Amino acid sequence: MPEIRNFTLNFGPAHPAAHGVLRLILEMDGEVIQRADPHVGLLHRGTEKLAESKPYNQSIGYMDRLDYVSMMCNEHGYVLAIEKMLGIEAPIRAQYIRTMFDEITRILNHLLWIGAHALDVGAMTMFLYAFREREDLMDVYEAVSGARLHATYYRPGGVYRDIPDSMPLHEPSRWTSEADVRRLNANRMGSVLDFIDDFTQRFPAHVDEYETLLTDNRIWKQRLVDIGIVSPERALQLGLTGAMLRGSGVEWDLRKKQPYAMYDQVEFDVPVGKNGDSYDRYLVRMEEMRQSNRIIKQCVDWLRSNPGPVMHEDHKITPPQREEMKGDMESLIHHFKLATEGYCLPEGEAYAAVEHPKGEFACYIVSDGANKPYRLKVRAPGFAHMSAMDELTKGHMLADVVTVIGTMDIVFGEVDR
Amino acid sequence: METLTTFLNSFLPEGLTTLIIILLKIIAILLPLILAVAYTTFAERKIIGYMQVRMGPNRVGPKGWLQPIADTVKLMFKEIISPTKASTVVFIIAPMLALAPALAVWSIIPFWDGGVLADVNAGLLLVLAITSLDVFGVILAGWASNSKYAILSSLRVGAQVVAYEIAMGFALVGVLMAAGSLNLTEIVRAQEGGITNWFVWPLIGLFLVYFISGVAETNRAPFDVAEGESEIVAGFHVEYSGMAFALFFLAEYAMMILISTLTALLFWGGWLSPFGHALDNVPVLGTILGDGFHWLFIKALFFLFCYLWFRATFPRYRYDQIMRLGWKVLIPVTLVWIFGEGVAIALGWKPWL
Repeated sequence: MPEIRNFTLNFGPAHPAAHGVLRLILEMDGEVIQRADPHVGLLHRGTEKLAESKPYNQSIGYMDRLDYVSMMCNEHGYVLAIEKMLGIEAPIRAQYIRTMFDEITRILNHLLWIGAHALDVGAMTMFLYAFREREDLMDVYEAVSGARLHATYYRPGGVYRDIPDSMPLHEPSRWTSEADVRRLNANRMGSVLDFIDDFTQRFPAHVDEYETLLTDNRIWKQRLVDIGIVSPERALQLGLTGAMLRGSGVEWDLRKKQPYAMYDQVEFDVPVGKNGDSYDRYLVRMEEMRQSNRIIKQCVDWLRSNPGPVMHEDHKITPPQREEMKGDMESLIHHFKLATEGYCLPEGEAYAAVEHPKGEFACYIVSDGANKPYRLKVRAPGFAHMSAMDELTKGHMLADVVTVIGTMDIVFGEVDR
Repeated sequence: METLTTFLNSFLPEGLTTLIIILLKIIAILLPLILAVAYTTFAERKIIGYMQVRMGPNRVGPKGWLQPIADTVKLMFKEIISPTKASTVVFIIAPMLALAPALAVWSIIPFWDGGVLADVNAGLLLVLAITSLDVFGVILAGWASNSKYAILSSLRVGAQVVAYEIAMGFALVGVLMAAGSLNLTEIVRAQEGGITNWFVWPLIGLFLVYFISGVAETNRAPFDVAEGESEIVAGFHVEYSGMAFALFFLAEYAMMILISTLTALLFWGGWLSPFGHALDNVPVLGTILGDGFHWLFIKALFFLFCYLWFRATFPRYRYDQIMRLGWKVLIPVTLVWIFGEGVAIALGWKPWL
């Protein structure tokens, strides 16, 4: 009688469902998972260490590259920590802009999540539907910051610049005719705010479309219901945050519990799940997209009627206007100092957390009074989620591992940092 | 055909003539089939493309029409890599084993009344027997690859095929009871007389079971656990490349076309016109709307389209859910239906007089 043993399967790092570079060592009894051992570090780029050798402002770009599908939210965490140390606050218009872009980012992230999650479960059309809307929001990113992904738009003391008055337009080419271009540009003729407003009008219908494809789909439900259940107590013990925690029924949202930016000024609801399974987390995230849309709408309305500065006036921290700099000696010196040395933070430490699309994202800065951090610690939600992998997949089948990876919404940029 | 036979007979021995004629017929069936396979891949990418608000291939040739040719050329010139620890002989044979049955079945498929290479009496049985062989290629490929993903896929395919082959067999039993014959031509003839006489109406349950099992048999979405892209990467053909991979591809699409054609033949009246013979005497319209290959073509095309439609719409079942569907839903449905049909035939009820 031969001995029957479990076998190990090396899942990833180059696997279609690995969401980047996840490497799981799965110990399996046939198709059933006995143990899942995630190996991290394949995308380690030393962000925290890099930040130690750069003036504060130069690390904002690295924050974009942590969770590379929710760029501006990462920046927000970092920028908030610096502002906390400096004891300054961004002008109110900048705060509204940040709130709006945090929510745009949340939609961007959730769209990628729903696309990738559905693709993992086998519904590939969802992915392309989600990318259709993502494209519009990417254009908004591009309009304000010049970059589609790594925006570097938030700065300590505000945002890089006010929202521009025009949207970039499509141009005719060999593949897009004049008529197509006119159709594509139809909602881009106004300002960026008009375009965002138009998006908020369209978006709920698109979410309905996704829900028609998935929410009541029998196969989708069979694949998600009761997969990867986390009890509320266990979720708290595991350090899960964001939709992973709210899916279990714990109403914890930093936007409500410790409001930053303008979240105490806008109206929105926090959806919570009941059973803590993948399906509940799916529903929570779908509802979050609708709520984000609501917030964006409110911000657009406020931003339209309330012009004002978007950068802090203290030019020891924020660069002066280009125009001033050309004629004013003081401004030129400010600019020179900022561009070469940056600014110094007082000795001390600060922890600032934001409700990132994936959970609680935070930056912990220790300063020794220099122009660069003594230590920067990034609290990435994905890392905590990752460590729950074994518990969530135990006893499930191989196909469910993929569902669980999807439901965790893992991005390796932030897990490996 | 007659003139060709007499012409060849004039200078060749009779046995050789028959052989040449059969070979010519085989070429006449296989060439269009392989072309159809190539363009099914193109249609798939285009149709799913439009369903997903994108273009699909549109760069090679006019409107992308040369894309399948370019794909073939690319695959032909790629190296066939055999993994170091693979069982090389089986590894090479497996794709052929997968493709051969998928092509061989076409010998007994009638395209129009009398348009068949081998008019076998037990045609339906032969179809079932040959298509079952198809799975060997897949299982052997998975085993020979010496990869854990591939072996998992083989195991899945093995279990899945057993479950769905039974459901499919039972569905076919219903058809043969209704037609009173195993010969495919006879089965279609039994549906003569317009759309109301097609087997799909009295056998609608069996038709659904047959088509669902057909989708499962060909390992297509939503039953594509065997190659489950996001779970086991590509399943049994992870280790294959170049032409060896292309053969699996060819087999899969040939089987898809086969299942579509069989569904049309067995349940939807094959080459029969939905109008029966009502329009036969009308001059031009009579030929277009009368019986003929074009009806079979259109019907098969519709089912082929369904394959693509499913793929663009549904998420993938989990392996155990597929087994549950096969054993606990499809097989009981067919059993009950066959029983009901048996009673109806015994009592002489219409439409099984």
